Amino acid sequence: MSSTSAQTEGKARRAARKSGRGKAGSAAARGAPDSLPSPDHHLSLLRQMLTIRRFEERCVELYSSTEIRGFVHLYIGEEAVAVGVNQALGQEDAVVSTYREHGHALARGVPAEAVMAEMYGKATGCSRGRGGSMHLFDADRRFYGGNAIVAGGLPLAAGLALADRMRGSTHVTCCFFGDGAFAEGEFHETANLAALWQLPLLLVCENNLYAMGTSLAREHAQTNLAMRAASYGMPAWTVDGMDVLAVEAAAQRAVESVRAGNGPHFIEAQTYRFRAHSMYDPDRYRAKSEIEAWKGRDPVQGLADRMRTDGRLDDRTMEELDKGVLGEIDRAVRSAEDAPMEPVADLLRFVTSAPGSTT
Amino acid sequence: MAEFTMPSLGADMEEGTLVEWLVSPGETVTKGDVVAVVETAKSTIEVECFDSGTISALLVEPGTTVPVGTPMASIDSAVAPPARPAAKQPVTPAPAPPPDLQPVPGRPLTRTERAVSTPLVRHLAEEKGIDLSTVHGSGRGGRITRSDVEHAPTEPPPRLRASPLARRLAQSMGVDLGGLRGTGRNGTIRADDVRAAAVDHLPREAEPREPVEKPVLASPAESAPGARAAIAALMTRAKREIPHYYLSTKVDLAAAMAWMRDQNTGRPVAQRLVPVALLLKAVALAARQVPELNGHWKDDAFVPANGVRLGIAVSLRGGGLTAPALADADTMPLPELMAALRDLVSRARGGRLRASETTDPTLTVTNLGDQGVEAVFGVIYPPQVALVGLGRVIEQPVAVNGMLTVHPTVTATLSADHRASDGATGARFLTAIERLLQRPEDL
Amino acid sequence: MSTRRSSAGAPPPTTYREALREGLREAMHEDERVFLMGEDVGNYGGCFGVSLGLLEEFGPERIRDTPLSESGFVGAGIGAALGGMRPVVEIMTVNFSLLAMDQILNNAATLLHMSGGQLGVPVVIRMTTGAGRQLGAQHSHSLEGWYAHIPGIRVLAPATVDDARHMLAAALADPDPVLIFEHGSLYNAEGVLDGTIEAVDLDTAAVRRPGTDVSVITYGGSLPKAMAAADVLAGEGISAEVVDLRTLRPLDDATIMASVCRTHRAVIIDEAWRSGSLAAEISSRITEQAFYELDAPVERVCSAEVPIPYARQLEEAALPQVATIADAVRRTVS
Repeated sequence: MSSTSAQTEGKARRAARKSGRGKAGSAAARGAPDSLPSPDHHLSLLRQMLTIRRFEERCVELYSSTEIRGFVHLYIGEEAVAVGVNQALGQEDAVVSTYREHGHALARGVPAEAVMAEMYGKATGCSRGRGGSMHLFDADRRFYGGNAIVAGGLPLAAGLALADRMRGSTHVTCCFFGDGAFAEGEFHETANLAALWQLPLLLVCENNLYAMGTSLAREHAQTNLAMRAASYGMPAWTVDGMDVLAVEAAAQRAVESVRAGNGPHFIEAQTYRFRAHSMYDPDRYRAKSEIEAWKGRDPVQGLADRMRTDGRLDDRTMEELDKGVLGEIDRAVRSAEDAPMEPVADLLRFVTSAPGSTT
Repeated sequence: MAEFTMPSLGADMEEGTLVEWLVSPGETVTKGDVVAVVETAKSTIEVECFDSGTISALLVEPGTTVPVGTPMASIDSAVAPPARPAAKQPVTPAPAPPPDLQPVPGRPLTRTERAVSTPLVRHLAEEKGIDLSTVHGSGRGGRITRSDVEHAPTEPPPRLRASPLARRLAQSMGVDLGGLRGTGRNGTIRADDVRAAAVDHLPREAEPREPVEKPVLASPAESAPGARAAIAALMTRAKREIPHYYLSTKVDLAAAMAWMRDQNTGRPVAQRLVPVALLLKAVALAARQVPELNGHWKDDAFVPANGVRLGIAVSLRGGGLTAPALADADTMPLPELMAALRDLVSRARGGRLRASETTDPTLTVTNLGDQGVEAVFGVIYPPQVALVGLGRVIEQPVAVNGMLTVHPTVTATLSADHRASDGATGARFLTAIERLLQRPEDL
Repeated sequence: MSTRRSSAGAPPPTTYREALREGLREAMHEDERVFLMGEDVGNYGGCFGVSLGLLEEFGPERIRDTPLSESGFVGAGIGAALGGMRPVVEIMTVNFSLLAMDQILNNAATLLHMSGGQLGVPVVIRMTTGAGRQLGAQHSHSLEGWYAHIPGIRVLAPATVDDARHMLAAALADPDPVLIFEHGSLYNAEGVLDGTIEAVDLDTAAVRRPGTDVSVITYGGSLPKAMAAADVLAGEGISAEVVDLRTLRPLDDATIMASVCRTHRAVIIDEAWRSGSLAAEISSRITEQAFYELDAPVERVCSAEVPIPYARQLEEAALPQVATIADAVRRTVS
């Protein structure tokens, strides 16, 4: 059902720009929504996806050499979803994410330095070393993390949307979650509440076909997730999550409608993670051929190929793009390495708002 | 002369089977020795004797089942062997040594004590009130020597009971707690006692301590013995010996019920057909079509039966279960089958079954539909090789030619003996039932 | 523990329920960011009648009936607090709050720290707790001690009409999550509001009755029982000091220890189960901080370790009662 024709895309984007100039949008909505469907725009999408890809590839190296620890859930293969959806969101909109959220944070504009420093557990990390890979936050960018309880972010997102509505704004809250979350009660409680109260909420289900090691069909009696979401009385549809332009178009259409007061919308982005659930796993639950087949639909490669075909990208540009991205990530790693540690004396800080306090 | 009897090894045990003797006549035994292996309904247990002496006779042969309390062997205690340590842990826990550690004559020795001490050392230890298990042995192989006991620390004097505040006050006021009499619970010295002592400077003799109350352990209530021995034995055997496999299928009864309603029109109430008659007939006919499930497992082989004698599981009003045979169920016309069934059930419940009916059904049917359940997966009655379970007739959505509609359905299950048949045979059988019920007029 | 104003007068008695409602009304009037949400808080007037009439006064936007989805609407309350509102979320009973425990623990109590201080969660969650009304095991438990285990949240147990009236305002002023436990047996309790009190603090315990022989430390629904026991004991010449904890987290160690240092004996009354209870925590702290002041072992009177039964005589036997409190005090001073 994904509408990928250039015409639809263009329409959606123009409409979004228009609505983006409402109360929230006047403050120069971040980059993408305002940019034209030009080579520059495609290049920007490509660069954002590549940044996530290269960032996470570096995470693999750093994890393997024990520089970063903990659970690290990689987004490689799913970049088109975060990047595509974020094109439709303005600066004042809110984002609630999952524990596989490096991509969402970076697409949201959280600096790679701050994310990398958080992976290092440093004081300059976006959660001051108290969160780690699964708990990235950036209040200024209305990026509300970073929730490692599957579906735990959904009620929160409904509340953020409720607050925005009660305060009379036209902001939209976007909540990312996976197909696993769709099985949790919190998804269904939230879907019902949001539809009942017509909250300005965009639900983006990143269906990567596996809840950890359990395939969609082994987890859901009915695997048509969009259809089930629609049963709550909200517009819901499925989009090719490997195609950033398709995701962008779908998100534009949804956000525009949510912003216009039509209540929550649901997008199921069908995607795939190329790597293990967490950093490494034996991958006993997926066939190698299946992984390879999906890799053939690599979203980064896909966009690059399309741009080459259209004559919008050549080898030199691509090389420079990659070099630039790698340079940015090098800087992020260096700055994380050099950053100070949080003092142990501050262990109990931020438990409550009381200065320096405990309990 | 003492007797070794069949012990009670559980509240619900009424009899036991002797599996094996571990002693023979003439052999000497000591109280606590394991002398036999006994099988109960639950498990096989090694049992001990409670007398010492010489086995003069074994009164029960292995393989024999006898009630609890039956003499199984006689023990001549006149020729008791010299005392030797019990080979087994005593059944009841040994009493804890009294707190004052006075020597207790005849206190049984622990293995450790025996192994590493001499009588002299033990005597010394008892005199000094020393628990040998706490003494480090410096002799060869950890043996406790006389010197070890002589140098072992004796029990320290009982600790004064005084509250933390009383201790702190006593120290700051220079009062010796040892001379104080506590007025608190159990003679505990409290702050006021110290203050009083500090005033009159007349320390008094401490009163003897009252013993600390010991918690009383309640004995767990024993469960009432069950009266299901026969069923228990049979079902236990079935589950132990028969490798069950289970199949289930949902049967659409729309045709059968419509036909039955049609047949019942104009019939007097007493002669009306009920669904179970159709179901039983279908089962009987299916058993004829798939003879691999109709018969008995005897001497490691399946023996097919001549004719179908359906065992009908009937729950008895006083509890329990019986499964008398309904003969010729496959050939009897439905109205006769109905009558025979009514007669059989009422006689079963009234305890008036004929001997022939209680033996040798060839295939049993259990119908728990009237109890409201949807499906029943039963346990096969040995030596039969299959059991059919019928659930409640319920209305359910079914798809017919792509359209949803609601039909009466029943879940028919099959428990079958995998030694005698395979899943494919069972499937054939259930399919046969299903097919038969689609053509009720042929039943 | 309270700020007083000089005016006086003798107002008529008010119920704990009315005092809570007055607190809510005042908060809604003073701050338009404040709203109430929960199951049946609107049309029904609140499961225990606390919010009766508020829908008419403030409208359905601010008095929001929610679906029966504790995790969903408690989480939404937390999200709304993140989004700049001051939600008051009502959960019918503490037993139901277990369905929202993920949101309370993993989000409300944790977000500030996990985000390195970026995301404060100024949500207030009210719920009924406790037994004594023959409501059976799934409506009667006292699990506030579980919540008091969690760093990052404040746990309140108003036991008097004054605290019922004024604690909400203080809770809403707190930048962090606050849980308020209202004991079900208190809703109909009457008291005369102290007209001189304008505000209460949430940091200190209160000595509700001074005494010299023993400190009876309690909170919430057990306070009236402790006070009654103190009356009985006074007739026997035993002077019991009754300490109302008011705030279960963070505990006011100073007030507790000051009392124990005066009386040298402590009896803790806690309607929760004894094992791993708040009573255990307090007893432990007394041992840590006032060991050398103790002239007797610390006693605890808690609920029997049984799911609270329905039948009256069984329920009564399961709970701390005036007689069992008095007995514990007698053991301690004897």
